Amino acid sequence: MVQYNETRLDASFAALSDATRRGVLEQLSRADASITDLAGKFHMTLTGMKKHVGVLERAALVTTEKAGRVRTCRLGMRALEEEAAWIERHRQLWSARFDALDKIVEHLKRKEKADARRKRR
Amino acid sequence: MPEGKEGSPAAMNRTAVERKSDRELVVTRTFNAPAHIVFEAWSKPELFKRWWVPKSVGMSLLSCDMDVRTGGAYRFVFSHPAFDQPMAFFGTYREVTPNKRLVWTNEESDQGAVTTVTFEENAGKTLVTLHELYPTNAALDEALAGSAEGLPEQFAQLEELLAGRS
Repeated sequence: MVQYNETRLDASFAALSDATRRGVLEQLSRADASITDLAGKFHMTLTGMKKHVGVLERAALVTTEKAGRVRTCRLGMRALEEEAAWIERHRQLWSARFDALDKIVEHLKRKEKADARRKRR
Repeated sequence: MPEGKEGSPAAMNRTAVERKSDRELVVTRTFNAPAHIVFEAWSKPELFKRWWVPKSVGMSLLSCDMDVRTGGAYRFVFSHPAFDQPMAFFGTYREVTPNKRLVWTNEESDQGAVTTVTFEENAGKTLVTLHELYPTNAALDEALAGSAEGLPEQFAQLEELLAGRS
């Protein structure tokens, strides 16, 4: 079981270490595409794109389906999870920042009110 | 004009992060104070440095220079236990409109984002919208993935997450 997880994890990181493959995932997050479409978008040969898609497929980041002569690629479950995890990490950073900012804003507000009261006296 | 409606992403005390497009990330939050107070916390270095680097990130701010006016420069230097050398973040304020808008560039690399922050006051509350525009979609992916690649504990977190789902 552990072995299985580690293999999957290695495959995920290896797949995500390449800028073109991250670009392919980004593209697929907006719309499904055929390998021919992807090769055109990334200015690559069909063979080159097939290799990239193969790596993504083995990492479960992409699934493909062949209908006639066209192979359609779409995001796999793992890619959706990764994307959600990235966004969540960013949200945690901003959440922590803004919680700290909130405290400072509250402090400044109280100070301003106190100053205004003092002036009126 | 977005408003901090009940149940909207900008509801009080909730930080919302949304990937608006392949090159844009938007963060929103509503603060219970007028815009001039929120803006002050963004534009005065002595206040800014108290919240920009949250403890949970594990970084410390070694220096923080901010010349908050249109055309002015900023430079922050951070240290992190995982890195040998301190890291510097720097750029230029492209627009400073008091209590309304801040725009700055990030110039450590040519992949840096342009960040626009707007402050919209409504009934004594202020909606802060932070918008990061990256030069390419790869740069945004890099920024999102970057923290995971750089920091071991985040690797561990991701590992946990993936293990739980397999």
